[in-house]
Amino acid sequence: MTRPAPSPAAAATRPIVDARGLWKRFGPLTVLKGVDLSVAERELVFIIGPSGSGKSTLLRCLNRLEEPDDGSIHVDGIELLSRATDINAARRRIGMVFQSFNLYPHMTARQNVMLALRKVLKQERAQAEEAAARALDRVGLAERMDHYPAQLSGGQQQRVAIARAIALEPRVMLFDEPTSALDPELVGGVLAVMRELRQDGMTMVVVSHEMAFAKAAADRVVFMADGEKLEEGPPAQIFGDPRHERTRAFIRQIDRH
Amino acid sequence: MEEFLFAFLNGDILREAWPILWQGFLYTLALSAITVPLGLAGGVILALLSTSGPRGIRLAAAAWTDLFRAIPPLVLLVFLYAGLPFAGIDVGAWGAVAIGFFLNTGAYYGEVLRAGIGSVPAGQMEAARSTGLTRGQALRHVILPQAVRNVLPDLVSNTLEVVKLTSIASVVALPELLFQARQAQNATYNATPIVAAAVAYFLLLWPLVRLISRLENKAMAGR
Repeated sequence: MTRPAPSPAAAATRPIVDARGLWKRFGPLTVLKGVDLSVAERELVFIIGPSGSGKSTLLRCLNRLEEPDDGSIHVDGIELLSRATDINAARRRIGMVFQSFNLYPHMTARQNVMLALRKVLKQERAQAEEAAARALDRVGLAERMDHYPAQLSGGQQQRVAIARAIALEPRVMLFDEPTSALDPELVGGVLAVMRELRQDGMTMVVVSHEMAFAKAAADRVVFMADGEKLEEGPPAQIFGDPRHERTRAFIRQIDRH
Repeated sequence: MEEFLFAFLNGDILREAWPILWQGFLYTLALSAITVPLGLAGGVILALLSTSGPRGIRLAAAAWTDLFRAIPPLVLLVFLYAGLPFAGIDVGAWGAVAIGFFLNTGAYYGEVLRAGIGSVPAGQMEAARSTGLTRGQALRHVILPQAVRNVLPDLVSNTLEVVKLTSIASVVALPELLFQARQAQNATYNATPIVAAAVAYFLLLWPLVRLISRLENKAMAGR
């Protein structure tokens, strides 16, 4: 298969995520219309756009929670959509954080983190316990390890979910509206953890409406509408001087809030 | 009053009938110990097939469940015990009970568990799969524990019915409690053995009934 030559910007570092020509239909609805997305190592890419633009679907394709109808996705050099690919092995390298946290309610915070360490990485109990404790410490929840999700605030639950993902030492982290379900006063704690991950060099793809965070932390902002990538660039350009009319309208609307 | 006591609560008759009633009680215990686990195993298999298999398998599991819920367990049991030998297959009394209850109660447990699996949000499976767990691992460690918890009162309630249903094993010549009580009644022309059997069933099942109430109260409180 021939692939288009990489753009000069992307040529410097091999992209960790390289999705090309993604199409996705749900029945009569086409939610992705040939979208490309490439993310370089240590890059933080923000995806914004009105609801229904396909941004969450795009993100969910990147670990194949959603199966694209057409296109190709390379993550860390592995073609996710190939039949020969062991998708479970590939997913170890791709962490994901969900809008509704999706912690396992019947397990403590530490058990939530340990499950994949034990069952996927096949770690011994003691080793997994230690790794889970370290991951929870990283998100500032060392003292809440033995709490069940129901005993934690939304912000704390989301940080446990982040710990569950980073404990597997992924090459890239996907965030699907990680703060949208949180009360405003709990958003800060989650963003702080994300900022720290960023400083530690984690490659991140974030779908979110936290524009202030995007302006402060993103390397690149991608604007999507109607299943297409309309515009992308540094935050200063997208937020300060958007080229596309749809982008301008969206930014104006967001700024009013 | 004296006549009532003589006919229903007769100590002499009870003493006389005690050995065979006790034997019947042991049979009922043994039957329950076989049928409940078998039914549960069948239920788990059916629930998994009908929620997580490929489309064709899901439909087949649903049809299977419908079929064995519609066939009266007594008919099924008689067929397995007295019908199959005509095809040269003799599974014996215990074999007929094991197969029959696996099919019948498995279908009922399967329906309960299917509802339980359906009550677990889709995000749970997605989260588990996103960490690299296989579908089977996710079902076993994430989905099923929550599913069982969500339908525990119904599972216990179903178990209650299964234990009561073991009384039909007498048609395949297994002398369980009710059968023995009726034998004793026929021999003594007195209803005391039947009353004793009722008390024995009550003592066996009452803890389960209490458990259901407690679970239901807990479930209500958890809302």
